[in-house]
Amino acid sequence: MSITAAAPAATADGITTAAVAPDPARARRRRTLAQWGFVAPAVLFMLLFFGYPLVRNVVMSFQHYTPSTFFTGKAPFNGLDNWRNVFGDDLFGKALWQTIVFTIGSLVGQFCIGLGLAVFFNRRFPLNGVLRALILLPWLVPMVVSGIVWRRILDQDTGVLNSFLGLFGIGHTPWLTSTHMALLAVILVNVWIGIPFNMVILYGGLQEVPREVYEAASLDGASAWRTFRSVTLPLLKPVITVVLVLGFMSTVKILDLVLALTDGGPADSTQTLGTLTYQNSFVQLDFGAGAVVGNILILISAVFAVFYLRANRNEGK
Amino acid sequence: MTAHLSNGARPGRRRISRRVLVPLTVASALVGTVALAGCGQSRDPDVYTVLNSSTDDSYHSWDAATLERCGKQLGVTIQQQSVPANQVMTKSLRMASSKSLPDIIQFDGSEMPTFAETGGLKDLRKLGVDTTDVPQGIIDYGSYKGTYYGAARTVNTLALFYNKDILDKAGLQVPTTWAEMRETAKKLTQGHQYGVALSAGGSEDGVYQFTPFMWSNGGDETALDSRNVVEALDYWKSLISDGSLSKSTINWTQADVNDQFMAGNAAMMINGPWQVETLNTKKNLHWGIAQIPVPQAGDDSVGPLGGGELTIPDIGDPVREKTSAKIVNCMTSEQEEVTYALNSWMIPANQKAAATWRQKVPSLSSLADQVAVARSRTAKAGSGWTSISLALQSAFQSALTGQSSESALKHAQSRVESGK
Repeated sequence: MSITAAAPAATADGITTAAVAPDPARARRRRTLAQWGFVAPAVLFMLLFFGYPLVRNVVMSFQHYTPSTFFTGKAPFNGLDNWRNVFGDDLFGKALWQTIVFTIGSLVGQFCIGLGLAVFFNRRFPLNGVLRALILLPWLVPMVVSGIVWRRILDQDTGVLNSFLGLFGIGHTPWLTSTHMALLAVILVNVWIGIPFNMVILYGGLQEVPREVYEAASLDGASAWRTFRSVTLPLLKPVITVVLVLGFMSTVKILDLVLALTDGGPADSTQTLGTLTYQNSFVQLDFGAGAVVGNILILISAVFAVFYLRANRNEGK
Repeated sequence: MTAHLSNGARPGRRRISRRVLVPLTVASALVGTVALAGCGQSRDPDVYTVLNSSTDDSYHSWDAATLERCGKQLGVTIQQQSVPANQVMTKSLRMASSKSLPDIIQFDGSEMPTFAETGGLKDLRKLGVDTTDVPQGIIDYGSYKGTYYGAARTVNTLALFYNKDILDKAGLQVPTTWAEMRETAKKLTQGHQYGVALSAGGSEDGVYQFTPFMWSNGGDETALDSRNVVEALDYWKSLISDGSLSKSTINWTQADVNDQFMAGNAAMMINGPWQVETLNTKKNLHWGIAQIPVPQAGDDSVGPLGGGELTIPDIGDPVREKTSAKIVNCMTSEQEEVTYALNSWMIPANQKAAATWRQKVPSLSSLADQVAVARSRTAKAGSGWTSISLALQSAFQSALTGQSSESALKHAQSRVESGK
């Protein structure tokens, strides 16, 4: 950023110093040039692939951007119309609430089970490695494939899950066909998908905790729970922050899983901000409205990114 | 950065930054040029492109054969580019903004008006596309605001498919009215077998399936909260409350419905002729086809008209567009239509071709009758169909999961109106 700001000021004294400057200055100059050379590709990449689309998306949310725009290139500014329309649609409030429930539900589920498994696998026992590898499987399956398979498993009449529950006398549960159950079902599937990620990172963090600390704790006569609370958790805190923030960012923008499982239905009961953006932009072709919801999603993620950077900076001190 | 400044190397840094500006500018200029160069694609005079949704293996090869025959006849090479059906529109729009539109785009009939409204489609009649022997209903299907933009090769509609063995065993007749259908479905529901299957999924599939019930009852997409539409939705609700239609219907696409029917989980289903190819793979399944039952005996069964339409986008090259029109003429010629219709089990748009087709597939002739009176979804709503469709999906899903049909449809109608 400082490049453009500094450029005009440099013209005057730049040349004069260059004329008189002895060798050290030139060496320094070359070094700085090299440094900038390394930074430039990254800056260019960021500007092109993050900066430009981001600015474009913000601008688009204030434009009447329709299919005709693709031909004429004209998208007249319409002030806050798109924002008003989106906020005025009761579907937005519904989607926002469902996104919050989905994100919190998924994170709590993934994290608790992931942490439990990580602590479990941190002990030494036979077949530990094999089991750990098996648990990674959901992570390797593409999201859409998981979604389609789970849609079959959760089918009310012919699904495996209901047949299994039937053995215990539990009647047919309308997992994906009830407006009250569908969101829960989607959360459960997302928890299943997210466990491996949480487990792997937390397991890595646990391995870093020195054995001596545990030994000291046990010499002091700390119970298992006390050890976990006073030794494991505090030492694991930096890793926990990373897991939660990364988990948050990938969960809040969920789209593919919902599209594959329920397509936002039944009756919009699993509609999230991600699917709403998709529906506005690519089904209704109202790109302005899609951009509004997209911006809100970016804003939410940005707020959490700031928290994350803050937390990291504090760790540094 | 901070370490750098503390070196006290400020003047040097400034000077350098100016020099760095040059390569930076050059680099971004280069990137920009490359991006722009990508836009203005020059077209090969002898190579034409058709964008369609024939991603399915068999459809892709049928189209390839047609395009090869037509290309040979006209002395050009015709390539096809296939993308999933729900991406044809967005792909075309992107191509429009980069000025790289294909010569012919095959849109679904319900999408064509949206693209036509941008002014991006050519009047087919002016380009010389032949419409003799095409019935008025199908011309209307391919028209938007009175201009004929889309030439259909084949069309389709929905019908009632029934499992002959199951009906025979139960000694039941094929239902023709709503009351009969409800009664028959109830009697055929036993064990894991439901009486009837249909798609009430939250997508265009579900809306497509709802239209024959709405229209045959005198309802209409311009007033979703009218008595007639409410009754149609109540009829669907009654099938679910009877237990003769699975609650999973709200998650089913039309392909899922076909799977259920083939697996013996449903004795009857509402579906279209494009499933016949799959149905015939199960040799021991004996199915029949009939008109979708109507509210009262004597009512007209009005089904929806479906199928792809060949359109010619405005590429600003009149000579090329004329040739594209010839390609469309070849693809919609009597012989090509019959070939395509026999392959895909759909009904030729051209009357003469349809007559030939009827002789060859007498078992589906009831479908041809239904197509003749079928209605286009966009005839009244035009490009407004998408928002009506979305509101309607949400409404029947709410109603089938507990809300009253009346309040769900009232809400839908107000959503459509506020969107306008």
